[in-house]
Amino acid sequence: MTAMIALTGLTKQFGQIHAVADVSFTVAKGEVLGFLGPNGAGKSTTMKMLAGFLTPSAGKASVCGFDVVDQPIAAKQRLGYLPEGAPAYPDMTARAFLNFIAAVRGITGSERTRRIGWAIERTQLTAVLDQPIDTLSKGFKRRVGLAQAVLHDPPVLILDEPTDGLDPNQKHEVRGLIQDIAAEKAIIISTHILEEVEAVCSRAIIIARGRVLADATPDALVAQDPDHGAVSLTVAADVADQAIEALATLPGVAHAHINRQGPRSKIVVRAEGDRPIADTVRQFASAAPWQAADFATEYGRLDQVFRHITRDVA
Amino acid sequence: MAPLLAITRREFAAYFATPLASVFLCIFLALAGALTFFIGNFFERGRADLQAFFSFHPWLYLFLIPAIAMRLWAEERRSGSIELLLTLPVSTAEAVIGKFLAAWGFVAVALVLTCPIWITVTYLGTPDHGVIIASYLGSWLMAGAFLAVGQAVSATTKNQVIAFVLAAAVCFVFTLAGTPIVLSAFASWAPPAVLEAISSLSFLARFQSITRGVIDLGDVIYFASTIGVFLVATVAIVDYKKAD
Repeated sequence: MTAMIALTGLTKQFGQIHAVADVSFTVAKGEVLGFLGPNGAGKSTTMKMLAGFLTPSAGKASVCGFDVVDQPIAAKQRLGYLPEGAPAYPDMTARAFLNFIAAVRGITGSERTRRIGWAIERTQLTAVLDQPIDTLSKGFKRRVGLAQAVLHDPPVLILDEPTDGLDPNQKHEVRGLIQDIAAEKAIIISTHILEEVEAVCSRAIIIARGRVLADATPDALVAQDPDHGAVSLTVAADVADQAIEALATLPGVAHAHINRQGPRSKIVVRAEGDRPIADTVRQFASAAPWQAADFATEYGRLDQVFRHITRDVA
Repeated sequence: MAPLLAITRREFAAYFATPLASVFLCIFLALAGALTFFIGNFFERGRADLQAFFSFHPWLYLFLIPAIAMRLWAEERRSGSIELLLTLPVSTAEAVIGKFLAAWGFVAVALVLTCPIWITVTYLGTPDHGVIIASYLGSWLMAGAFLAVGQAVSATTKNQVIAFVLAAAVCFVFTLAGTPIVLSAFASWAPPAVLEAISSLSFLARFQSITRGVIDLGDVIYFASTIGVFLVATVAIVDYKKAD
């Protein structure tokens, strides 16, 4: 495990406001780090500092061992960056734009043809290559930005909301692209789409008010949901209150509550500690006259955990 | 060097990607011609030189050069592409010089397109070609100084109109530094040495001596160092304000 991205005490102050406060973490090769947080949490500011666009007020950041402030060119050569909103030159065609990026990055000749061809294919830009970028839809603009970021096959990728504005099929393609190249790279993606974190990220950091509040695998984060490991079942709506009351008195059960209303109510039963209650709940509920069905174990939900973690600070 | 040239090529092509290039070139050529023939009395002077043509260049540049300099950074800022550009492996200086060279090259195109007037004067008489070449070079150098000023101003704002107006105002002061219009603002309180220094900054006086056919090293150094100073200033402004 070598750290390809390293942040140490990274801080950015705008006047009195700490947009990013003392953020430290490392990302190793093969890791895809999901960067989560409410709007204004400091995600983009952190990424801008890593990309060398903003100068940190304090702390250090490095890409492949090159300090982004002291050796900016070396760091930027090893970095693919998709800025927030995927800015590009609106008057240029996608083809001319990618050629420009390749030229600035010193990619020439057949290598340029090969790299641009690969990026175009992976981001599905072939159909719009010769249209000016400002005539493209939001999804295509985003993909031009992505193609630009992966063009030079960088060891480090920083993508600020790479799937924003894409339709579900395009999101799927972009996630596929990230997964395909992830093994050889260190990747940070920021997103508001929590299912994306579970789909592509090997690790997630939750940040709010400029501070890191959680740093764990998506599975470990999900396990923080109080409903993680709880047993759920559905009963007819008219007996739901009665069922909750009865279930709550079972040995080992800490708490039971209605999770979803409807013709059939979903009831979630939480255990005390780690006590296994699945069989007890199942036998009891089946014997009761509630038409209980759909027994399942809850895994918990990332959005619940996200809200729980960021609620107090946002 | 490769990134710098890539930026220059892109910026140069950007002028032609919009109607800006054709509008600018048409207006420049039409105005240069009109001023030469109608106000400069090109024919009536009965002299085989291009004084009547070159003497209007400072005034043309005063509002036309800010028009091509205003977009250089203001547009990057407004569209957010500045974040893309400055996170590519280029130094700020490379980006600034690359953009400057593109704009300066574009001015060169405009000047080359005025060559029919040179052909005309050659057809009508026997002009001193050395003076004309010196005047063209002097005009191009002066345009570079206007451009460097315009680029520095453009780097301070994301609004192209503000960039244009401010650049025109600053260029106006530089052009007329040696005349009473500017000097009277300082005459009442500044010591003579300062007045002397201000009047020596005048683009107009420097350019007029070049168009007389005298390429004085001091004038060349003056324009070159003005370009240099404003390019350095632009780098500093971009670095300081890039994220605003």
